[in-house]
Amino acid sequence: MFAVYLPVFIMLGVATLVAVGMFTATSLAGPKNMTAEKAIPYESGSETTGANHIRMSIKFYLTAILFVVFDIEAVFLYPWAAMFRSLGWVGFVEMLLFIVILGVTLIYAWKKGALEWES
Amino acid sequence: MTTGLLLLTTALKILFILLVTVGAFAPMLVWAERRQSAMMQDRIGPHRAGIRLPAGAADAFRASVLPMRLAAAASGAVGALLLLLLAFAWAADDASWLPVSPLELTATGVGLLVLGGILDVGSKIHGMLADNGGNISLAGLLHPLADALKFIFKEDFVPPKADKLLHSLAPIITLMPAIAVFAVIPFSDVLYLEHWDAVVPRNGVVTGDVTAIPLQVANLNVGVLFLFAIAGTGIIGAAIGGYASDNKYSLIGGIRAASQMVSYEVALGLTIVPCFMIYDSLRLEAMATWQHDNGVWGICVLPITIAFVLFFTAAIGETKRIPFDLPEGESELVGGYLTEYSGMKFGMFFMSEFIEVVGLAAVATVIFFGGWDLPFVYRDGIDFPGVWDAQLASFVMGVEYNGAVEGIDATGIALAHWGVLALGVVGFLAKIVALIWFQLLTRWSLPRFRYDQMMQLCWKGLLPAALGNILFTGVVVLLGEGAMQMAVWSGTFVVVGSIVFFFLPALKRDPRVPAGAQPAAS
Repeated sequence: MFAVYLPVFIMLGVATLVAVGMFTATSLAGPKNMTAEKAIPYESGSETTGANHIRMSIKFYLTAILFVVFDIEAVFLYPWAAMFRSLGWVGFVEMLLFIVILGVTLIYAWKKGALEWES
Repeated sequence: MTTGLLLLTTALKILFILLVTVGAFAPMLVWAERRQSAMMQDRIGPHRAGIRLPAGAADAFRASVLPMRLAAAASGAVGALLLLLLAFAWAADDASWLPVSPLELTATGVGLLVLGGILDVGSKIHGMLADNGGNISLAGLLHPLADALKFIFKEDFVPPKADKLLHSLAPIITLMPAIAVFAVIPFSDVLYLEHWDAVVPRNGVVTGDVTAIPLQVANLNVGVLFLFAIAGTGIIGAAIGGYASDNKYSLIGGIRAASQMVSYEVALGLTIVPCFMIYDSLRLEAMATWQHDNGVWGICVLPITIAFVLFFTAAIGETKRIPFDLPEGESELVGGYLTEYSGMKFGMFFMSEFIEVVGLAAVATVIFFGGWDLPFVYRDGIDFPGVWDAQLASFVMGVEYNGAVEGIDATGIALAHWGVLALGVVGFLAKIVALIWFQLLTRWSLPRFRYDQMMQLCWKGLLPAALGNILFTGVVVLLGEGAMQMAVWSGTFVVVGSIVFFFLPALKRDPRVPAGAQPAAS
């Protein structure tokens, strides 16, 4: 266990070190001269109006909810797939039911227009 | 294995991965992409950054071109003559009149041919350097290095109203997982430390007290889950980068990026489930070994062929590159979530995108293209099938041909353990380069999607297709050995067919472009 997971943590540490190193290098080496013009949020030359945290279409939130549903499906499928040969036809039918139920979910979302972006 | 050895090997493996990805492939990729897009737009592209040599270097280079050419021609001619002698001797089936043994003759002939080739390329390089005023530009290969240095010395701009903490965290959170996914990628077979210069048996079973070092940083039993967990972290970087920048373009880009990446994450996760069902494992190392031991790459098994097409589409969506680069579509959003980033922070987003391309190629290589497996290379050496090459090999090696084609002694070349592993690493890297090239081709060939089209492709196309493919795979696997054989034959048929009918015609020169057309100076 230790021998298997220790390298993972070393790798994560090294990756973080590389990222933080680059970040620190540019923070230290780059010049800093802030002007009032530079501080204006960039909008292709026109003045910005209103708050910059604007409202977003509801579609993005629907996508997030659908993601939760189907990503959990994927997580359930992984151990089943790795054990698939030993489970045989029984396991296949069980997972078929599961996939069909989620397929119905997808069809429902589809028919309700959750996947449409034109409107 | 002792802790000291574990730490040492881990450090070496991580160093290797960093050198290959961050050090070599990512900058080369930047260069190749700029160079190719410049060619498509009739520009020269990156070529000016270089090393200035002292005055007089140009003349010295020019003077050396002709002697090098003559030497190359002489070396090549003698080499070809020697090989011709060998061919005569083989045709006459009599090596006794040769002054040296056939093996020495072959080695000298091939060596002289290679030397001639090197000298010829060298003379061309010297000619180019002379034309360039004695400056080494290496076709602009130093450009990425110059770019990286410039990034570091640019102003590190943080918008005054931005959320400082999140704005700083975003590039780190994006780059870290891009590098960390390489922890579970096997780049060659298991190394048996005590047997490093011996020939190990073909089935890989080594008896006795041995230290087995997997040539991957961590051989996790949940390898693929780790892969997706870490890669999924990258979504947060793009999302909070856009959110924290206090800019409308950034916010829209960040939200688009998050929405797109979570959608394609689902599709990506579901498309490769058929591979686990066939390989019977979530270990990446076990997948490569399965393909090696069964003598068939995953791509040639029909359900996995389908999975590859879906996986590659979803993966390009996940890396947010053309044709799915809506989060940073410059005609609508300037730089998307990168708009308010500058200096190396921008460079880190940029770099993580390129490292993701390499990582995707590496994952696809292991799951679909056999990883380190090469045709005709086994754990005990190189072994070709068939009879003709056995006769040739035994003639050249001076071994009596005994008609057997099974054992490695008669027909193949036995290789020491380290040689086989090194070949595996070379094969693995070559496959990565090929897949990167394929991704660049996709990028240069396709126009950008509209956002609704892209989301519908994911939810209405890839997702149902992936679920259907899982059920199809289940039936194929449960029907038994015969169905698997059918799947292998039909998958191979599809792969060969698509190469012949799609890729080879695509390589033909566009008839509208005259041969030898020169790009205009930019």
